[in-house]
Amino acid sequence: MAENRMEYWFEEMHTANVKMAIRVDQHLYSGTSEFRRIDVFDSPEFGKFLTSNGNVIFSEQEEFTYDEMIVHVPMAVHPDVKRVLVIGGGDGGVARELSHYKEIEVIDIAEPDKMFVDVCRKYFPDNAIGLEDVRVRIYYEDGLRFLRRCKDKYDLIINDATDPLGHEAGLFTKEFYGNCYKALHEDGIMVYQHGSPFFDEDEENCRAMHRKVFKSFPITRVYQAHIPTCPAGYWLFGFASKKYHPLKDFDPERWEKRNIKTWYYTTHLHQGAFMLPKYVEDIMKEEE
Amino acid sequence: MDNTRQQEVPLYSALEKFRRLRVVPFDVPGHKRGRGNRGLVDFLGQQCVEIDVNSMKPLDNLCHPVSVIKEAEELAADAFGAAHAFFMVGGTTGAVQSMVFTACKRGDKIIMPRNVHKSAINALVLCGAIPVYIDPKVDTKLGIPLGMEIDDVKKAIAENPDAKAILINNPSYYGICSDLKTIVKLAHDARMLALVDEAHGTHLYFGEDLPLNGMAAGADMSAVSMHKSGGSLTQSSLLLIGEGVNEGYVSNIINLTQTTSASYLLLGSLDISRRNLALHGRESFAKVCEMASYARSEINEIEGYYAFGSELINGRSVFDFDETKLVINTRGIGLTGIEVYDLLREEYDIQMEFGDLSNVLAYISIGDRLQDIERLAGALDDIARLYSKPEGSFFSAEYVTPIVKATPQEAFYAEKIKLPIGETVGRICAESVMCYPPGIPILAPGEMITRDILDYIAAAKEKGCSMQGPESEDISELCVLK
Repeated sequence: MAENRMEYWFEEMHTANVKMAIRVDQHLYSGTSEFRRIDVFDSPEFGKFLTSNGNVIFSEQEEFTYDEMIVHVPMAVHPDVKRVLVIGGGDGGVARELSHYKEIEVIDIAEPDKMFVDVCRKYFPDNAIGLEDVRVRIYYEDGLRFLRRCKDKYDLIINDATDPLGHEAGLFTKEFYGNCYKALHEDGIMVYQHGSPFFDEDEENCRAMHRKVFKSFPITRVYQAHIPTCPAGYWLFGFASKKYHPLKDFDPERWEKRNIKTWYYTTHLHQGAFMLPKYVEDIMKEEE
Repeated sequence: MDNTRQQEVPLYSALEKFRRLRVVPFDVPGHKRGRGNRGLVDFLGQQCVEIDVNSMKPLDNLCHPVSVIKEAEELAADAFGAAHAFFMVGGTTGAVQSMVFTACKRGDKIIMPRNVHKSAINALVLCGAIPVYIDPKVDTKLGIPLGMEIDDVKKAIAENPDAKAILINNPSYYGICSDLKTIVKLAHDARMLALVDEAHGTHLYFGEDLPLNGMAAGADMSAVSMHKSGGSLTQSSLLLIGEGVNEGYVSNIINLTQTTSASYLLLGSLDISRRNLALHGRESFAKVCEMASYARSEINEIEGYYAFGSELINGRSVFDFDETKLVINTRGIGLTGIEVYDLLREEYDIQMEFGDLSNVLAYISIGDRLQDIERLAGALDDIARLYSKPEGSFFSAEYVTPIVKATPQEAFYAEKIKLPIGETVGRICAESVMCYPPGIPILAPGEMITRDILDYIAAAKEKGCSMQGPESEDISELCVLK
């Protein structure tokens, strides 16, 4: 096959001095919504992948990692999740993982960018199938706007936004975390993308995020996963909670009984994911 | 307005042409296109330092424009519906002072609302004119100064038929407009000049369904802060004049105080911004109005805030309201505007335009985005949840009628002594006391100090207002006339 390939590469700067490159077979889609430029590529290594303003958002070959990690971790801790709010998440991957849980009654998705949803439906049907669950309601609305009208309404809020500097900047702010706190029940949990702590320029965002969440919730822990297209291949998630501790209230047997098929998440990994490298632990401690 | 000609940018084009010529500079500025000061290039970029040049033949001279600056000023006049427009580089402060200096000599009277900008009062110190203040009325519930009522203007004119001019804010910082057209007519009937401070009103010349602008109302002069809603660089401004004012005399007045080395960065930005406003102003400000009104309705849904709008219009002290101004009254959550201003800045990374005892103001402009409005509303919601207190009794910004005992100039230059503030009742103040925000004078040079005024200062200080003007920084003492 090698002779059929050309030197056609997608490149993304991870820092001013580090660049990731993915060989591309085809550029399948390009469009600009009210919020951003969206592109879809097909690649030999990662399958189809989607970019937002030139940054990889997810690829077919690795999306399972964060969709599983951002859903199963809180679901294995909270004993009774009935109402879930997903902020962003218009691709449907998070909803797909949530749809494994029978006790969930409502999955609300607040995603301002309808074009993003439409593109995912067309090019990533394996993710978008999650949007077909009858419990899913999509609100094409700004996340902050949606949250302002919610009080004591959800058991779990998943912030699926990834970019603290782009059009989703409002979802990495004290007002966002505060509005989430208000929207959650008294035993609610919020999980969110916490970025990558490795490169200096990402570290500051990581710190700021933890600083803000730490002030907003009584329990805040960070957990990690390995995601190849993320900066340094390393990604953090945040677990903020009013009542349940991600390890002390973790119930592996209950989760095992569900028999959910996963590719990344296991109940062993659940515990390991909270064991952080020393430098990450230090970063977090310094902001507390 | 000539739409074809408005596409031109004569001054900016001349600067671009000049940049390509690579002329060898044996003139000032001494950084010589940045070569002599690399730090400046790192700071501003090569493109910027290359056009930081001095007046020269192809680039005209602001002190006496004959070519590209003249053309650019003519285009600005056409865009704003003025007889002539002067480019100003000393801020709108310079434009306001030039208006006062044009209208008044020493000993002349000028009628103005008490909530004039300090630049107007400082102009009186320089030229020796006598202020006749009009009570702008105060909305005691909101704690904001309003506009001048027609009856008060008539009374001031009747009592001071020898006054040379009336100064009008259009709009005020809070978006409040007086009945400009009627006041201009009253002024002209009494053979006085109508001067308009439009520091917060550039958009009134271009947006639709906004309050009347100075030139359209027939005013004689207007100071327009292009760098605020007009989008040009900070410190650049316009002075507009109508048919009834002598252009040459105004030019002489401006040159009394304005620099002879005007920055081409500022001048060029005025030219570019004028074109942008002329060509796109209407739709830009429609968007600004839409955003402000969206923000207003979202914020008013949060309990405890009141973002006021055109419902304030009462035909008298609030003749019209500028919908682009987003002022949020915070009394309902038991916090002062200053406290909310500080919380937004320190906890939420949101910088507001100002906060006073009861309100915070968000400046909405052509550069804003809806997602940032969502952040502001989200943060206000969070502040109400986390920090609100029972609504306490607030210090109300009641109008303190000034008692003018000497002209600002006499008082400023008189022999004075410094006294502990508590011992100054009955004395004539020699300095200004401004309360920031919002920058309205409590005392101006030449005014009698009363018990009421001292109470006001104490209360405002306690609420965290920054008091500026006096030599003694904590205002423990005041300079009074001997």
